[in-house]
Amino acid sequence: MRTLFKTSYDADLNLFQHGMQAFWYLSLLAIMIVLPFVMDDFALGEMTNLLIWAIAGMGLMILVGQTGQASLGHAAFLAVGCYANVLLQQKLGLPFIVAFPLAGLIAGVAGALIALPMTKLHGIYLGIGTLAISILTDDLIVILEPLTNGVRGLYAPTIEIFGMEIDRYGNTARFYWMVLLIVVAIVLAYRNLLRSPLGRSFAAVRDSEVSARAMGVNVARTKAIAFGLSAGITGLAGALIGHFTGIFNNETFNLILSIQLLLMIVIGGLGSIHGAFFGAIVIAFLPQWIGFARDSIGQLIGATSTTIPGLESAVFGAILIVFILFEPRGIYGRWLKIRTYFELFPFYRRDMFRRQKSYLKTERMR
Amino acid sequence: MDVMQLIVSGLANGCVYGLIALGFVLIYKATEQVNFAQGDMMMLGAYVTVGLTNTQFLGLPFWFSVPAAVLIMGVFGYLLDLFVLRRMFGQSQIAVVILTIALGFVLRFFAGLIWGHEPVSLESPITGKDVRFGGLVLGLDEVVIIVTTVVLTVALYFYFNLTRLGIAMQASSQNQLAAYYMGIPVRRVNSLIWALAGAVAAVAGILFASKGSIDPSTGLLGIKAFAAAVIGGFGSLPGALLGGLIVGLIEPFASRYIAPGYAQIMPYLLLFLILVFRPHGILAQVYSKKV
Repeated sequence: MRTLFKTSYDADLNLFQHGMQAFWYLSLLAIMIVLPFVMDDFALGEMTNLLIWAIAGMGLMILVGQTGQASLGHAAFLAVGCYANVLLQQKLGLPFIVAFPLAGLIAGVAGALIALPMTKLHGIYLGIGTLAISILTDDLIVILEPLTNGVRGLYAPTIEIFGMEIDRYGNTARFYWMVLLIVVAIVLAYRNLLRSPLGRSFAAVRDSEVSARAMGVNVARTKAIAFGLSAGITGLAGALIGHFTGIFNNETFNLILSIQLLLMIVIGGLGSIHGAFFGAIVIAFLPQWIGFARDSIGQLIGATSTTIPGLESAVFGAILIVFILFEPRGIYGRWLKIRTYFELFPFYRRDMFRRQKSYLKTERMR
Repeated sequence: MDVMQLIVSGLANGCVYGLIALGFVLIYKATEQVNFAQGDMMMLGAYVTVGLTNTQFLGLPFWFSVPAAVLIMGVFGYLLDLFVLRRMFGQSQIAVVILTIALGFVLRFFAGLIWGHEPVSLESPITGKDVRFGGLVLGLDEVVIIVTTVVLTVALYFYFNLTRLGIAMQASSQNQLAAYYMGIPVRRVNSLIWALAGAVAAVAGILFASKGSIDPSTGLLGIKAFAAAVIGGFGSLPGALLGGLIVGLIEPFASRYIAPGYAQIMPYLLLFLILVFRPHGILAQVYSKKV
């Protein structure tokens, strides 16, 4: 068991709590950087996909995990980011390095504007509103055909930064490094956000709106900022998805994607950056695992490998049900428990992570 | 006359939305849980009836399989609460939302596995017959849907406000702990309300499948019904029906008088406007929160 001696108040705010932690995270980063030298293009593409999902997950995590507001419509902001990024490059001729942050900004502003009238609502109503937004976005893309090219979709151009071509298929390694760089930047920004007064007020709103208000937090404003930040990061992920898939239309960003995003961070573990990554690992590799399992079972019983429609989402749903029932804190929560068990070895108690029981009270009067 | 036909078919559609919305509201009213799988439960209820009635499956008589399906779905709802949702006791609302979304995925998969993915429609005696009122020619199915829905809504409304169990259900949602102290078996009441919602879903499914065809992804209709429930006022039974009717009416009129592409976005646009200007629906049930 490690004992941390904090000798100044600033120690609480440090990016890493102790040297070993810094060592492990930096080695992980080092491994991620050298990955293109040991992996083939296909595997690298999958890793890139994972990282993009993780960015989208972090975007949603700010809203759901940190501020406690559910969104069932984040695919809308993926779409806004994606379309803004490509349209800025194609119609206005802006370079990627300008269009990309602008796309994030546009998605963020859109998110904040949408959230503003809805921040007075709480709980499920915000989720319902975002659900409506997600469906509306899908149809709006079709209706705004002159701009968005409707169901035929748009092609993402090859990225060029300072004369260096970055293309998902042409040079997978460069695309991977670029995404990795963006991931690291966003993780640092996220981590710093949590240590700032704004991040603390997010947590206050999540834990109790009434007490947050009593502590002088402007709840509506905090929620709108959280929504904007969340939509902005999700928009960046959307822009990357556009470049990753190369072609996209309204179907790319449907309601199922919104729901998958939410389910992903729940499986990963709400309220932590780790959760976004664990969830991304599950969602990025699940189709491969299922395909692999289906093939091996098919060989075992001698059947031809037939595709069963909807199997993927059913397995995903089943995993999620198991997690919500038995491990509501997700994969990261389970990992924390295992780690604590070994750190405290003989002294771990079963009820250590038990939550206080809460009883329901309605706001309805009839 | 044309407008009248449009209104009646819109009303019939709206009644199906209203019935699904009724399921949402029932569960919400009694447990504060939001059941996103309600549309999929309707789909399941429809498939159970189809499986019992249609000649390609069991081929039982229609008037036997309707009560059987309602009963089966009621038991299904009860067991669902008993084994799955009861464990969610005391967890956040959004956890239940996520759980029921996942449940919807699983239900859709099993329905596809058992009954196939081809659209089927129910072989029911009310399909394809006409009723004449003066110069109006209405489908018998549409009339039956409207009458059934109105009767069911009124019955459930009085049930909630007048019977002992109905009041116990309301009490257990308003303050769980206090309801326990008053001797209400909150957990069993919750299971009963899920059973009731399952039965209502079965009725909605039967009506829907006799009007048109169903396939495993019919449950996604639940999202539209959900919009209807919110427009009407979440937590109000007449509100659910009202919301359903509004959504049902706005669709054919939007596609006729604006443009076909706009029919599907109108309900959500309305939902968004309602959330912004009258957040708790037309028949609001919420007053400002007391600490």
